[in-house]
Amino acid sequence: MFKLEGKNVITLTVNGEKRDVAIEPADILLTVLRDQLGLTGAKPGCLNGDCGACTVLIDGWPVKSCLMLAAEAMGHQITTIEGLKNAPIQKAFVENWGFQCGYCTSGFLMVCHSLAAIHPDADEYVMEEWLQSNICRCTSYEEIRHAIRSIITSA
Amino acid sequence: MIPFTFDYYRPDTITEAVRAYKELEGAGRFPIYYSGGSEIISMARVNNIHTKAVIDLKAIPECTVFENNANELVMGSAVTLSAISEANYYPLLTKACGRIADHTMQCKITLGGNICGTIRYKEALLPLLLSDASVIIASGNKLATIPIHEIYNHRLNLKKGDFIVQFIIKNKYLSLPYFHIKKTKNEKIDYPALTLAAILDEGRVRLAFSGLCAFPFQSPKIDTAWNQEGLAADAKIHEMINHLPGPVLNDVYGSDTYRLFVLKTTLLNLEKELEKMPCSN
Ligand code: FES
Ligand code: FES
Repeated sequence: MFKLEGKNVITLTVNGEKRDVAIEPADILLTVLRDQLGLTGAKPGCLNGDCGACTVLIDGWPVKSCLMLAAEAMGHQITTIEGLKNAPIQKAFVENWGFQCGYCTSGFLMVCHSLAAIHPDADEYVMEEWLQSNICRCTSYEEIRHAIRSIITSA
Repeated sequence: MIPFTFDYYRPDTITEAVRAYKELEGAGRFPIYYSGGSEIISMARVNNIHTKAVIDLKAIPECTVFENNANELVMGSAVTLSAISEANYYPLLTKACGRIADHTMQCKITLGGNICGTIRYKEALLPLLLSDASVIIASGNKLATIPIHEIYNHRLNLKKGDFIVQFIIKNKYLSLPYFHIKKTKNEKIDYPALTLAAILDEGRVRLAFSGLCAFPFQSPKIDTAWNQEGLAADAKIHEMINHLPGPVLNDVYGSDTYRLFVLKTTLLNLEKELEKMPCSN
């Protein structure tokens, strides 16, 4: 049985690299990524699972890192926005003006990136289901829709 | 962000989990079993729950099993809602899981977590009630198989230290004609003013509800009222309302009058949908 009692150093796999972090078992993944690893792309918004600004990928699936313990992420592949290197969705956001202030953007990008990888032929219904997980305060929704459509083969 | 600290345990076997709970309980650590964990984190964040130890069940193979064999669908309690939707073995359950929180949350919330959590709606429970699921419970040193209607009767009857390992559904239920609708007050992603799930089994309709009373339920009396022959829908609905197992919820997500209005219109829609279903009477 794996035990984490009090503050300890654990190893996380982030963007393909092993990274050591000193955590309390109650630390959420979002703060560990930001404060210990300097990966500030995942943003704190509501800190309650509502806005999606903190979304990262765990084994390729989108997860809100404000509602995941860092300890839980051990043994899984964590991908943050910093791990996307010129992914098609990043280019599509630029070309379609998919952001204004940009605060929500990394969360949206992670969801879109995961969707394109898992369901490259997603229909409108599936795209809407996935993207409803995120909120854009600047209401860039239409442009984000164009961006994801441009990389989904069936759209 | 969580304003207190706790220790984290991730057992590899059911025995380890049960033993850890017992020891931590004995040591005054107020342990809680942890599956998806999203509800525990959001409740802990606002000091609505307190614990000094969480026991994460996700490394226990029996809790993550997910297979559809020749006779039955076996779902570990730590299987996520999104995994259930992607596999789509049981379309009614897929529908129910697809309307709980949002898609990204469905990648974290587990079937066991939705049913054992403190949020009252437990919408994944409705298809399990309708299909008379069996529930495998880790209880002390042994596993027990219990009908869902025994383990859940307006509340979950789990003893302290017990946890749900698996849900099992007979294959015959997976392909029955079904109806599922979730009505919310404003937003699509919200708690329900009413969630209604129904299956048509050998010409007889079975119904299950969430958001209507303070707990989800399935009621033989309500099913009997609905299945009466030769009675107008209005009269059947009136009789069903008389058999509700508790007061209608009256809160910010919907007043009691509004919820009853939604119930009536939804049941009238169900009547129309049933006419289109195969083997409908
Ligand atoms: S900060 Fe995590 S969902 Fe809003
Ligand atoms: S671009 Fe500003 S919140 Fe989305």
